[in-house]
Amino acid sequence: MTTSTAEAAVTLDGVSKVYGGGRSAVAALDRIDLAVAPGELVCVVGASGCGKTTLLNLIAGLDEPTAGRLEVAGRPALMFQEAALFPWLTVAGNVDVALKLRRVPRAERRARVDELLATVRLSDFARRRPHELSGGMRQRVAMARAFAQDADVLLMDEPFGALDAMTRDVLHDELERLWRARGLTVVFVTHNVREAARLADRIVVLTSRPGTVSATVPVPIDRPRRIESPEVSDLAGEVTGLLRQEVRRHAGAR
Amino acid sequence: MPVPAEVAPARTNGSAARDDVLDRELAGLDALELATVRRRSRWARLWAATWPKLAAVALGLAIWQVVVWSGWKRESLLPGPQAVFSELWASIQDGTLPEATARTMDLAVRGYLLSVLLGTIVGALVARNRILRSAVGSLITGIQTMPSVAWVPWAILLFGLSDGAIFFVIVLGTVPAVANGLITGTDQIPPVLLRAGRVLGARGWRSLRYVVLPASLPGFVGGLKQGWAFAWRSLMAGEIIVTVAGEPKLGFLLQNNRTLRDSAGVMAVMLVILGIGILVDALVFANLERLVARRWGLTGPAN
Repeated sequence: MTTSTAEAAVTLDGVSKVYGGGRSAVAALDRIDLAVAPGELVCVVGASGCGKTTLLNLIAGLDEPTAGRLEVAGRPALMFQEAALFPWLTVAGNVDVALKLRRVPRAERRARVDELLATVRLSDFARRRPHELSGGMRQRVAMARAFAQDADVLLMDEPFGALDAMTRDVLHDELERLWRARGLTVVFVTHNVREAARLADRIVVLTSRPGTVSATVPVPIDRPRRIESPEVSDLAGEVTGLLRQEVRRHAGAR
Repeated sequence: MPVPAEVAPARTNGSAARDDVLDRELAGLDALELATVRRRSRWARLWAATWPKLAAVALGLAIWQVVVWSGWKRESLLPGPQAVFSELWASIQDGTLPEATARTMDLAVRGYLLSVLLGTIVGALVARNRILRSAVGSLITGIQTMPSVAWVPWAILLFGLSDGAIFFVIVLGTVPAVANGLITGTDQIPPVLLRAGRVLGARGWRSLRYVVLPASLPGFVGGLKQGWAFAWRSLMAGEIIVTVAGEPKLGFLLQNNRTLRDSAGVMAVMLVILGIGILVDALVFANLERLVARRWGLTGPAN
């Protein structure tokens, strides 16, 4: 699926990221080309060391590429593997602080916080503190906080990696619902290929050390999907095959 | 809550039906995963916190009395609890003890507050600046290892036998503890919180206000508590050596009673010093720490 760069929500053109200099330089990413259409859900998969997190940091503006062009519509919201909520604030306070930092006036904030918590079905827990919640609930608060940024682009760095399978399954449905409802563009990084096949419009496979795009696999499966359905399993198998091929390549290269 | 016996509902394409199913699943998971917190009654908690301390006091008194009875030292040198407490009562009644305590506490509070101010400034500067940190950081810790009493002779040379010398010793003992508390507090901030803050748009001083300062508070409070302990010790070291006869403070009473060979008097003042140290620590700092730890979620569910 090709997208003209004029309409893409996220564009990477020959983006590279090198850490250090001279002899000890480490290339984390090497000439990445990627265009994400508005409203698309793209999953980035790869083995460890493939620079998935670096990629998200670049798109989020937490870091600068050392080469290439990077364009993002607006300032993206970023979710991490741990919810990274502020432990000294309540659930409502955590969502509120995102609005405060955007200088939303106080009168409006209250209503927005209520609305956002209702979106993630956590209205009853507004006065609780993060440490009183389970991992899945914390990630939902993190989602509400991300939505509070009113960003069009949502970046997710293995957000469900630390959760149990049942919660993950439910949150997949939840993410899909919210993605559709809000018309977001999502870049979702994961090492879990099944998860990628369950969620993505297309899967981008990254190689390791340095990270480059080795393949792009479209996922033409109808939604709503189930992670255990044969189509999803088959596609996951296909992508896993590509990844294992990539891993084998490294053994040969030593 | 009865669990409805149903098979996995057929996923129709109707999104409203799917939404309902999803909502039920979310609510169910939430109900299952929330830890139930059992709180004991307020009196039960108070008693649980208090009785070990009472037992410790009783034990201390018992051991003391046994040592006196053993005849290890003459009773004129090592009086028992009864003699000391009646001496304590006498000096409360004639006003010497309350007056001395008031003067000592005045010096303690003023010295401590000034040290907190200075320590916070030093800590904030060092925490933020990498160059300052490598240069000054270990200097601060080095100063902290100096026993308070060792500062006193130099303080006397600089300030004479005056309250100023005692003040100086308090500040030198307390500032490093407070500064280190702030530095440790900022060092222990999980980096992911700072990243999360930056993504939300908190950079520069806004990051400081919304992320760094609140996140470093537990460490800072630890520094405040330790700072008080240093302040009290430094104060006593100063007061015992820098004895100014005109307006006696607790340290002077201690020395004076020693000169008069009034063992009961010496021990009575010691009890007061010990008591104040423990009370302030337990009433002020322990509660402060507990409050912060509970709000920050650093304690287990047992509260």
